[in-house]
Amino acid sequence: MSTFTGIGEERASDREEFTPGLEPQPTWCPGCGDFGVLKALKGAMPEVGRTPDETLLVTGIGCSGKLNSYFESYGFHTIHGRSLPVARAAKMANPGVEVVAAGGDGDGYGIGGNHFMHTARENHDMTYIVFNNEIFGLTKGQTSPTSPKGHKSKTQPSGSAKDPIRPLSLALTSGASFVARTAAVNPNQAQRILVEAIEHDGFAHIDFLTQCPTWNKDAKQYVPYVDINDSEDFEFDPTDRAEAQELMRETEDKLYEGEVLTGVYYRDDDRPSYGQEKRAIGEMPDEPLAERYFDTDYEWERSADAFLAKHR
Amino acid sequence: MTDDELIWRVAGGSGDGIASTSQNFAKALMRSGLNVFTHRHYPSRIRGGHTYTEVRASSEPVRSRGDGYNFLLALGDSFARNPRDGAYYGNEEAKPLAENLDDLREGGVIVYDSGLLDEESVADLDERAEANDWHVFPVDLRTMAREHGREVMRNTAGVACTCAITGIEPETIKSMMRDAMPEKILDANLTVFDEAYEHVQSAFDVDATAVRVPEGDHEEEQVLLSGSDAIAYGAIDEGCRFIAGYPMTPWTEVFTIMSNCLPQLGGVSEQVEDEIAAAALAIGASHMGVKSMSGSSGGGFALMSEPLGLAEMSETPVVLIEAMRAGPSTGMPTKPEQADLEHVLYTSQGDSNRVVFAPGTVAEAYDHARRAFQVAYEYQIPAILLYDQKLGGELVNVPASHFDREPNTDPGSVLTEDQIADAPHDASGKFERFRHDVEDGVSPRSVPGQKGGRHLVTGNEHNAPGHISEDPDNRVAQVDRRSEKLRAIRADLDGDTLNDAYGPEDAEHGVLTFGSQQGTVEEAVDRLNDAGHSVKALTVGELMPYPVEEVRAFLRGVDEALVVEMNASAQFRGLTQKELGTGDDQLASLLKYNGNPFEPAEVVEGFETNIDGDGEVPGNETRFVPAAGD
Ligand SMILES: Cc1ncc(C[n+]2csc(CCOP(=O)(O)OP(=O)(O)O)c2C)c(N)n1
Ligand code: SF4
Ligand SMILES: [Mg+2]
Repeated sequence: MSTFTGIGEERASDREEFTPGLEPQPTWCPGCGDFGVLKALKGAMPEVGRTPDETLLVTGIGCSGKLNSYFESYGFHTIHGRSLPVARAAKMANPGVEVVAAGGDGDGYGIGGNHFMHTARENHDMTYIVFNNEIFGLTKGQTSPTSPKGHKSKTQPSGSAKDPIRPLSLALTSGASFVARTAAVNPNQAQRILVEAIEHDGFAHIDFLTQCPTWNKDAKQYVPYVDINDSEDFEFDPTDRAEAQELMRETEDKLYEGEVLTGVYYRDDDRPSYGQEKRAIGEMPDEPLAERYFDTDYEWERSADAFLAKHR
Repeated sequence: MTDDELIWRVAGGSGDGIASTSQNFAKALMRSGLNVFTHRHYPSRIRGGHTYTEVRASSEPVRSRGDGYNFLLALGDSFARNPRDGAYYGNEEAKPLAENLDDLREGGVIVYDSGLLDEESVADLDERAEANDWHVFPVDLRTMAREHGREVMRNTAGVACTCAITGIEPETIKSMMRDAMPEKILDANLTVFDEAYEHVQSAFDVDATAVRVPEGDHEEEQVLLSGSDAIAYGAIDEGCRFIAGYPMTPWTEVFTIMSNCLPQLGGVSEQVEDEIAAAALAIGASHMGVKSMSGSSGGGFALMSEPLGLAEMSETPVVLIEAMRAGPSTGMPTKPEQADLEHVLYTSQGDSNRVVFAPGTVAEAYDHARRAFQVAYEYQIPAILLYDQKLGGELVNVPASHFDREPNTDPGSVLTEDQIADAPHDASGKFERFRHDVEDGVSPRSVPGQKGGRHLVTGNEHNAPGHISEDPDNRVAQVDRRSEKLRAIRADLDGDTLNDAYGPEDAEHGVLTFGSQQGTVEEAVDRLNDAGHSVKALTVGELMPYPVEEVRAFLRGVDEALVVEMNASAQFRGLTQKELGTGDDQLASLLKYNGNPFEPAEVVEGFETNIDGDGEVPGNETRFVPAAGD
């Protein structure tokens, strides 16, 4: 039993609990894909048996970063690109809390790209949702790391000369143990994938296609989509890294040809999470560190007793 | 400067074991009852390059490295690059001997390894020795070490020569060797020691030299530790159990110590991808209720600017430490400077809202670290410990009782679940984390997992439950509340300040300094008063919020004050003038920025220049800037 009674309550929750009872109403534009993420997440949390007081939703900056303004739980709206380092430390500090991080494609694959690589590599037991709208939404439509080559915007008037980043492949090579893509236009699949991702014991990355009708008008609405796990056209095993890699590459290319492939691409359920790795080498306590400060019986060590002898 | 002291300089190449040799030597002398102080000088290189450490030992308290030194042990530099005519870095082989002669006092002793150092290559050694009455002992330390053990043991041989010449009881060193050395190398080292000791006694007339180790006695048990050790232990005793960092000299020392200690205490240390992440991790862990820290040196701290602002705005307590080195940019990585003061005070956008402390001594490094945690967690504000390569690396003896204190693991202004249940919530059940109407500006927090405590935290301006808000009234109320914390912290600190006044209260003249120059300035003040001047000093340890009243009171009785700091733009004097709103015509500056800390004699000279000189300090190591109107 946790010192914090918000954690591990044996009761069912429902989507209403994750909906703030009061303003603010979302400030997203009508038709924005971000609504789809909010809806799927509200549906997924009760399904995984979590309640608002034991959930921490950490976001970056962007339209996407507003997610925790409209979601009822503990929330930390950080700074641009830095949701992951905040979130992974939160998980290490109190593994009993369900930690979900979220942000935009600029936030996660651009300015925060280094953290993405390293958080995946470390395989923290958390979920990371990237709202991929192939654009900088909040700053009014500049080209993002996932914008297609040739994409024109006010800051790339002649079109982007860069090939877009490959988010799924990047997650896989970096070490993520669960990699998926879903789309806002497919709320059922999105919720199902979110549930799997949250239940997965390791770093679960979801590239979430979220249409931006305001700044990315010519972009597709991500329909029709194909679910690679269901479709008969794809004979494929998501536990096979080589197959996953190949299909990810195809998926990333196809998106720019107008074909939307989605689903769970990769999962490795055997890889230990970072917490398990750290505990195995004696570098993380078994009991949640955060709770120690609230445990009146804990006997704290002092430096004088533990370390002064070698200075005598 | 007293005659009754040994200042022993051991010089050689990086990688030649100078650090551990000098540390053991210092500890042995401490155990024998002396007060010790070490000063390191080393290049930013792994192998080779001229490096030295000084160990100053006296029966009196020692506060600084002193002026010059009186015993040189010049070891060979086994990694020296081949000397070529006109080589850019000069003849490195000769450096342990050639580079160290300028500061050797009259009557001083030189022991050099004639197995590795060629006396011929130091052209004027004989004449200089004659002119300065130096006593030169060429000893083939290398051969002696090779014969009885391995070549690296020449350090031991050199220490044995030191003992034979200065009268240090061999057992003082040998018992230290037994404690510090692994079994498999101990016997050979002891043999090398005896061999060298006997050789010097029989081959030279050691009584002809006047450099002797003093005798001393401690009233209570002492421990030998560095500023970095003290910072780490202060953090640990405040219940800090999480650190995240990225290596950078000289902050790496604290990070390394914490990385060794924390796992033993069930804590967590994380080396991460960069300093932005490091600061963000510390914030993330602290948000959950864990007392956390991070830190870096200049360039790494620059990367922490944005997370630092996030901690200010989200009112997440965190302790960051900044170990200054000479800048700008990569600067001189292993050299001390105090030029990051303004950087640390003001970096990050918006009105800064942080606490900055600067410890002046090793003992204070422990105290300041503890206060930094107390203030950070009580007032939900980032607290920064600003120090430098000098303080971090110097080893001094401190009474063991200084560390015999109770830990404080209170997470600060966090509510219990029962208190949360009684606290105000908004209509959707969110706990009002950022209320306007609170005492001292501190609105108590909850941490994730606590029942009924959920709320939003954001780097955007926000209202009571944490929602983003640009409402002007709320904005003003929140800014004022956050500023109110600084006023409350100032009042809190006034009860027991971290600033140190020194010397007669009614002195005619003043010296102001901050941080690691404290001991040097205080030693200079003693000398000036002994010489008939009337001088007092104030070392400011609280840089933000600044102790305006205390500094004003200090300056009230003096007509002029000299501000001593290690940078070129007089940042601390500028801060003082800004905070006091005056001071132009009262404050003069003594600056040093050549990569070496002040010596007490330089402060004495600077002082004399200020009160009756012609505005020029002798030598070119320091720079004097008179007060306006002079
Ligand atoms: C350090 C920093 N640089 C730039 C910005 C400005 N900025 C805010 S959001 C954003 C990009 C948003 O794009 P994305 O991350 O894709 O999120 P979206 O709005 O599309 O959801 C930028 C550049 C900032 N807030 N901080
Ligand atoms: S600008 Fe685009 S991403 Fe942002 S809220 Fe509007 S539609 Fe959504
Ligand atoms: Mg985007």
